[in-house]
Amino acid sequence: MAFFALSLLNGISYGLLLFMLSAGLTLIMSMMGVLNFAHASFYMLGAYLAYQVSAWIGFWPALLISPLVAALLGAVFERWVLRRVHRHGHASELLVTVGLSFVMLEVVQLVWGRAPVGYRIPAELEGPLFTLFGSPFPLYRAFMMGVSILMLLAIWLLVSRTRIGLVIQAALTHPDMVQALGHDVPRVSMGVFGGGVALAALAGVVGGNAYTTEPGMAFSVGNIVFVVVVVGGMGSLGGAFVASLLIGVVTTFAVSLDQSLLHLLQAVDVPVTDAMANHALLALKISQVAPLLPYLLLVSVLIFRPKGLMGTRET
Amino acid sequence: MKRIRSLAAATLAATLSMGTGGAWAQAGETVRIAVIDPQSGPFANIGLNILHTLEFLAEREGGTHNPAGVKFEIVPFDNKMSGPESLNVLKAAIDQGIRYVVQGGGSGVAGALIDAINKHNERNPGKEVVYLNYAAVDPDLTNSKCSFYHFSFDANTAMKMEAMGSSIQDDKRVRKVYLLNQNYSHGQQVTRYAKEVLRRKAPHVEIVGEDLHPLGQVKDFSPYIAKIKASGADTVITGNFGPDLSLAFKAARDAGLDVAFYTYYAGAAGTPAAIGDAGLGKIRFVYPIYTNLASPEYQAVFKAFGQKFPNEAFVTSPAYNLFKALSHGMAKAKSTDPVKVARAMEGLSFRSFTGDVTMRASDHQLQQPLYMATWNKVDAKNPIDVEKTGNTWTLDRLFDSYVASTPTTCQMKRPA
Repeated sequence: MAFFALSLLNGISYGLLLFMLSAGLTLIMSMMGVLNFAHASFYMLGAYLAYQVSAWIGFWPALLISPLVAALLGAVFERWVLRRVHRHGHASELLVTVGLSFVMLEVVQLVWGRAPVGYRIPAELEGPLFTLFGSPFPLYRAFMMGVSILMLLAIWLLVSRTRIGLVIQAALTHPDMVQALGHDVPRVSMGVFGGGVALAALAGVVGGNAYTTEPGMAFSVGNIVFVVVVVGGMGSLGGAFVASLLIGVVTTFAVSLDQSLLHLLQAVDVPVTDAMANHALLALKISQVAPLLPYLLLVSVLIFRPKGLMGTRET
Repeated sequence: MKRIRSLAAATLAATLSMGTGGAWAQAGETVRIAVIDPQSGPFANIGLNILHTLEFLAEREGGTHNPAGVKFEIVPFDNKMSGPESLNVLKAAIDQGIRYVVQGGGSGVAGALIDAINKHNERNPGKEVVYLNYAAVDPDLTNSKCSFYHFSFDANTAMKMEAMGSSIQDDKRVRKVYLLNQNYSHGQQVTRYAKEVLRRKAPHVEIVGEDLHPLGQVKDFSPYIAKIKASGADTVITGNFGPDLSLAFKAARDAGLDVAFYTYYAGAAGTPAAIGDAGLGKIRFVYPIYTNLASPEYQAVFKAFGQKFPNEAFVTSPAYNLFKALSHGMAKAKSTDPVKVARAMEGLSFRSFTGDVTMRASDHQLQQPLYMATWNKVDAKNPIDVEKTGNTWTLDRLFDSYVASTPTTCQMKRPA
């Protein structure tokens, strides 16, 4: 029971972390139709900027400044690069963001070096929040969960409850009509892109010190955020949220399962020989493949439900 | 006795060659060394640190105070941590006339290089290449795959496990051990050797669980930590490195997991900075050196390296032994010809930071003392700050060469 409760809590908090990482990507995808491959790089940039700002004036200003700087860079990129490429179609947009991710990686390495930097959790957020069955639950993890939920609420309110959201949504499906009504559609796109990038950077500020701030960090989250977005349904905010929690809980519980195909065979009374016990595939435990389950889910979703859990478009 | 005699021979050879200055044919030559390691990509951090270390040592160890009177020149080749790419750049290095190859990042690459070099040497007599390995630690490299042209300077997985086993044997607090490793050859070997060594050296210790997780795919280690906690383990043995190691430490600290970690790579370049204050007093690390070793030569090298590369630390002591072996081998062979030097390095004893070490002739595995150190705050006795963390490695235990020495099954084929 204690283990179940702890695992559930771990799973949910990991799921919320995944949502925090992918929220900005979903926003850009849903409102602009652009798959931003440099999303994880902005996550990395956010962490490095926060490390620098924290070293100068502290963590709390960094929480604000880092996403703002990133948003500015994102807006500039949208205005002078992405917009020019836009007329050549989605493939070109995707490729230019791939290029951007390489450029950002090199720039980060030039400025801050290739080794991990000492970006630490601020003292006031250190330590446990509460203790559950003898296991402390870290305060910082709760803080990350809070940031993630705030992101969800903020995006949802902005898109569905404000006039700006209305224009953004209309601009996605009927850009010419919105333009004709006197709205500056290109500027809306610039704002959305900047906002999505700011969310990635905010995730970097919060995640960079919980994990490790190093040049490899973009690469390490790059894959999983795409899994979240595709499984949830391209451009569906709710879908991304559900997919994040699903992946978080499933992988966490899978780690605790030490069963393999051998156990299944034994359960149906098949005699297990030594050769079988040493067979690589038969002896593979569920816990060993746990971190790969999201990718299995990705492939299954693409085959059986291409629009994702809650998506409206075919991918 | 034998050790003393071979040491005397080495010293004599060294003195002779130094005393006579340029009398030997090789004096004044420049020996080019190809470094085949990742210099870009996710492992570039470690690869560039070792490249800087080798360049620094080449300059320091070459020239006037070199027993053979040779200079060293490092030629970097980026293998992007891939086997096929390594073979491509090996060919490029050979085409440039380079006869000495250095590599350490990854045993898979090391195995591929041994095969390719054996083949090349067989087909091109007179153009042989010698391979000096400072960090690839698969025991197969000096057993079933052993080669006359390969020399191993780090202690291999089995040797380090012998040291850990000896420590656990004497530590009555250790009752339940958990094995946490990456699911690829190195991690699987650590799991296998841990079981074998603990059964033999510390039968009272119970292995309460084991996990093999995919390499570099785990972001959140808390489920693994919860599992370790549920198992009641008091000690974790792990061969993990890089983020897979530092993230596990952080998750353990967050969950209040109170266990000792026995690790292979907690001291690798960049890992101390990533660990920070996590696991103070709990993380142990077995290696042929530890940071606060009271050797004036080691401290001088450590300091000079830190001045030249302010954002890095000198962490790979096997690289130092590599240059010592090469210099003394060339002095003894009175030549820079790789076959003669390889023959001269067999059984060679020379002075390292940690005293005298010997390159065992039967399998070309360097026999050297190992140290177990713990991650602690810097204090008066242990003043060296590692990677600007305010923390350092403090000595737990020294293992003499014979403790960690493992027998070999190598059937070395030597050129006629």
